[in-house]
Amino acid sequence: MSKKYDAGVKEYRDTYWTPDYVPLDTDLLACFKCTGQEGVPKEEVAAAVAAESSTGTWSTVWSELLTDLDFYKGRAYRIEDVPGDRESFYAFIAYPLDLFEEGSITNVLTSLVGNVFGFKALRHLRLEDIRFPLAFIKTCQGPPNGIQVERDRMNKYGRPLLGCTIKPKLGLSGKNYGRVVYECLRGGLDFTKDDENINSQPFQRWQNRFEFVAEAVRSAQEETGEKKGHYLNCTAATPEEMYERAEFAKELGQPIIMHDYITGGFTANTGLSKWCRKNGMLLHIHRAMHAVIDRHPKHGIHFRVLAKCLRLSGGDQLHTGTVVGKLEGDRQSTLGYIDQLRESFVPEDRSRGNFFDQDWGSMGGVFAVASGGIHVWHMPALVAIFGDDSVLQFGGGTHGHPWGSAAGAAANRVALEACVKARNAGREIEKEGRDILTEAAKHSPELAIALETWKEIKFEFDTVDKLDVQ
Amino acid sequence: MPFKSAVGDYQTVATLETFGFLPPFTQDEIYDQIAYIIAQGWSPLIEHVHPSRSMATYWSYWKLPFFGEKDLGVIVNELEACHRAYPDHHVRLVGYDAYTQSQGACFVVFEGR
Repeated sequence: MSKKYDAGVKEYRDTYWTPDYVPLDTDLLACFKCTGQEGVPKEEVAAAVAAESSTGTWSTVWSELLTDLDFYKGRAYRIEDVPGDRESFYAFIAYPLDLFEEGSITNVLTSLVGNVFGFKALRHLRLEDIRFPLAFIKTCQGPPNGIQVERDRMNKYGRPLLGCTIKPKLGLSGKNYGRVVYECLRGGLDFTKDDENINSQPFQRWQNRFEFVAEAVRSAQEETGEKKGHYLNCTAATPEEMYERAEFAKELGQPIIMHDYITGGFTANTGLSKWCRKNGMLLHIHRAMHAVIDRHPKHGIHFRVLAKCLRLSGGDQLHTGTVVGKLEGDRQSTLGYIDQLRESFVPEDRSRGNFFDQDWGSMGGVFAVASGGIHVWHMPALVAIFGDDSVLQFGGGTHGHPWGSAAGAAANRVALEACVKARNAGREIEKEGRDILTEAAKHSPELAIALETWKEIKFEFDTVDKLDVQ
Repeated sequence: MPFKSAVGDYQTVATLETFGFLPPFTQDEIYDQIAYIIAQGWSPLIEHVHPSRSMATYWSYWKLPFFGEKDLGVIVNELEACHRAYPDHHVRLVGYDAYTQSQGACFVVFEGR
């Protein structure tokens, strides 16, 4: 039925607030936490968010009538109170599939968290969750390898993987840097990692680092008889340089490279992920800048959304916080988005911050990486929280060992294996952690010294961003 | 008690992946791990290889994977039979997970030399 053109400003809710709408399986659903300006009704705020993140603009325009806008518009279909918070509320919005380019996370985010976040009728706006429809997921490649393939390539089974970041993070020459890699790997780690801000600086150009690291990996592998890897950071100023570095890592026979997906951008990340699939390379993902976006409880994007976006864009490992270490992270909420990385179906569960059922179809899983301010005393809790499909990374907790990085690495490996063994034998490792570690230290002077060195360190600050539950 | 901070020398050790950094398991400790594999619903699988080939992806199967085997005693006997047949080989026990097509557990029970 054709409509008449009626110029002027309408209230958003006349068009975009549709409480009777039943979302389709193919709709992309989003939950926003909205904090409106004083006096603006909730329905109007929700409708404004739906409009500004989809087809709408502030004024009616004639050219709308050239298409069937009802087919393309986003719809605010539900609002809910935020537990324990009177000024904010949740708005649920459904977007038709055709609003988004196939396989483009960049496009999804440009729409959903674009102009709308600067909208004056809102004081704050936070994207809490996205339900990606399976129809969209099937257009994304996702992780280049996935958990199972990574285990097969690295020959690591039945336990979390163990890694560490090379320190000091900046300032070492290529040869010295390779030395630290070698020490860690010969001591028993599976992986070492470039720090995120190691790219190609004057003190250590990338090619020089890659060559020395490759030799360190090779030597450690020969001497220990185990598979080893180092995340070679390919993040660069331009995509051309990024690919050049990735190609060189492959030429050196290295198993894994690394990218910073938020500062590098989703387009670069998706491209590199596809390159990794094609070239048989694992991809480790760092998340610098995430806390700028995800830490404020009322504004920005929750990390569970950024984690889902990464799984779609592609990566085999993603940093998730540690729950127990020096960096922010609530336990239940962390468990919620770890599920989004690893499982094939995640049910709605508000106690874990998951607002929707999420079906991942056949998409590969992503290892959760726990890194930052953790040491050997945290091991039982880390194994209990993160389970086997994780990478536990101890930086200071490796290099800070009084005997050096190799002994620090061995201490962590002994502690990890002792916890896994105890867990498999049916012990409650979080409760009995002290006993388990103390017993293991009887056979390992490296572990005994590590336990002594870090016995007093705790990071007990309250989490800033908590789940909205009472 | 004052803490001695003298630096020790860490010697690289050749290990065989998971549990390679723990002392050899006792009989009971091996039973615990087999019981865990069975309780997870995984199929026990025994593999062996000459130490010179320990880094190879494919070790020889001992017979076939013990699909659906729930009897701990059967697995213990098979491990020992494999070790008797190949005394100089590494023998490892795998908990094979058909759902993920991966190994939920994998560790060397007998080290060859």
